[in-house]
Amino acid sequence: MEPFRTLTALAAPLDRANVDTDQIIPKQFLKRIERTGYGEFLFFDWRRTATGEPDPSFVLNDPRYKGAQILVAGKNFACGSSREHAAWALSDFGFRAVIAPTFADIFFSNAGKNGIVLARLSEEQVATLLDNAKTISNYQLTVSLEAQTVTDNQGFSATFEIDPFRKFCLLEGLDDIGLTLRHEAALDAFETKHDQAGWLKAK
Amino acid sequence: MSSEPRTLFEKVWEQHVVASPEGEPTLLYIDLQLLHEVTSPQAFEGLRLAGRKVRRPDRCIATVDHNVPTTKEGRLNIVDQIAATQIATLRQNCAEFGIELYDVDSPSQGIVHIIGPELGLTKPGMTIVCGDSHTSTHGAFGALAFGIGTSEVEHVLATQTLPQSKPKTFRIAVEGKLPRGVTAKDIILAIIGQIGTDGATGCVVEYAGSAIRALSIEGRMTVCNMSIEAGARAGLIAPDEKTFAYLKGRRFAPQGAAWDEAVREWSKLPSDAGAKFDRELVIDAATLVPYVSWGTSPGMVAPITSKVPDPASAPTEQERTGLERALEYMGLKAGTPLDTVAIDRVFIGSCTNGRIEDLRAAARIADGYKVSTKVSAMVVPGSQAVKEQAETEGLDRIFRAAGFEWREPGCSMCLGMNPDILSPGERCASTSNRNFEGRQGRGGRTHLVSPEMAAAAAIAGHFVDIRNWEVKG
Repeated sequence: MEPFRTLTALAAPLDRANVDTDQIIPKQFLKRIERTGYGEFLFFDWRRTATGEPDPSFVLNDPRYKGAQILVAGKNFACGSSREHAAWALSDFGFRAVIAPTFADIFFSNAGKNGIVLARLSEEQVATLLDNAKTISNYQLTVSLEAQTVTDNQGFSATFEIDPFRKFCLLEGLDDIGLTLRHEAALDAFETKHDQAGWLKAK
Repeated sequence: MSSEPRTLFEKVWEQHVVASPEGEPTLLYIDLQLLHEVTSPQAFEGLRLAGRKVRRPDRCIATVDHNVPTTKEGRLNIVDQIAATQIATLRQNCAEFGIELYDVDSPSQGIVHIIGPELGLTKPGMTIVCGDSHTSTHGAFGALAFGIGTSEVEHVLATQTLPQSKPKTFRIAVEGKLPRGVTAKDIILAIIGQIGTDGATGCVVEYAGSAIRALSIEGRMTVCNMSIEAGARAGLIAPDEKTFAYLKGRRFAPQGAAWDEAVREWSKLPSDAGAKFDRELVIDAATLVPYVSWGTSPGMVAPITSKVPDPASAPTEQERTGLERALEYMGLKAGTPLDTVAIDRVFIGSCTNGRIEDLRAAARIADGYKVSTKVSAMVVPGSQAVKEQAETEGLDRIFRAAGFEWREPGCSMCLGMNPDILSPGERCASTSNRNFEGRQGRGGRTHLVSPEMAAAAAIAGHFVDIRNWEVKG
């Protein structure tokens, strides 16, 4: 996965709370067996009218936000289904960071596996960013993973918390399975012992 | 091991710690991974690309549930070629990596969260994962069970472990006797309505209290199933005699001396007296009623006796906009009594309410009645075993006589990945778990209810208070 250090990019405001993964990538696109190519289906039912035309009222269809790589959204972003397709679609569309007051747990994990940085800021800070992204033309934000900050050139500056190990993996773009296999000897020993617990056998 | 009193969650967690590297998440051993066609193809492909094997095929099981049509003809020849390819891909992957698959023609096929327990794969004290957020269902047995993404599916296939940060613990006690007509579904809808769809984010919930203890194992599964709708990482319930009685004799349950040993071990799992939780909530069961969801998020629920809420009463601007948007999507006016809302469709099924007790409860309401001429209603058993049991008991005849369609098992209209979907504007009383926009079909309007409430709504043509229903059967 692509390492993430610092990104300065256009920010798009999605001023809704509880955006669920069914909206991010509707079910009809989960039948594919590929890992790529989901960007065109991102927010499909919001981006397109029932007849398939682009809905001009949806923020990502506004030419002002074309090329945005940072999404600012309301609380509990990406709740619901565990579909990693939501992270794949955001990434494939071009988003590399999402800023919101809170994120749902499973998506939080999925985003990390796909090099997407999630920055949790306060409700007030997010409200400011949503407002700025709506009212200021070509509103750029800088997300620094190294410094754990979100800044703009209007004087906004905020810090966000991130688990140090998650930060390390995102900075380096590391493969998780490879990291786990550093513990293979411990795993082998654990498993031999654990297999003797008959009440924990699957079959 | 500490000598401090421990919670059920802590006991399961500690039993599965492979490694606790400094400054990194804990590496947790996974006892069982359940696989299905939708969230696994990219995981197997990842293994192939990296030249990796499945570490423990004996700790994996697969079935087809999300995509499969629910008509006999539809299953034999799946018209949707993308869905057919996804199912064929699961077949190839299971054959290549040596994983047992309960295919569409297997007597063990069904929704992954229904077949796990009924086969006795799900057992107390286990760690269980699946690329599906409703994996929390298995927590009803005192297992730590949670949904994961596809990268994590691949990780578990390759290593039988997952790096996990330790979640917080949240005890929700439902105390007292559940009033008549109030079900497990109503308990969980009430909890989500009270704490919100992010009310348990970052937490593992332990459901406790006399009302939870009094639930059957299937009722407990319904409660744990929707933990994710409150944002919880997982939901679990301490195993007890009911749990053991449910498991005894099932295909993959321990037998003979191994059974006795298992019961001894499982009996040690319940939270110790004095164990500390990060958060606690107590709910008085006597205050619970039958609920109906009215909006586009599972937290938007209200008692059947109440009215569609007024966005003007929302405390903040953002909430008001959210409510207005939800009502507009749902085609509802503020102040409308919920028991006057007319419906077009009824769906009884899903991993939330597709088990035999759910079908018995719905059939008891439907027996001797006819589905409204304005309503199209379907019953989709959660598994082949549920279907067979229901047919043995004659439930299918009751449903058919009343005018319900009787279908083949699968996830069906809970998420509409197969041909079972709502048309734009159609309103559905559904026993499923999510009322998100478009969940059951673009423009479709979903109202979450218990199986009894869904059956009664099918007959009346609108929502009714099940407590006033005259049972004929």
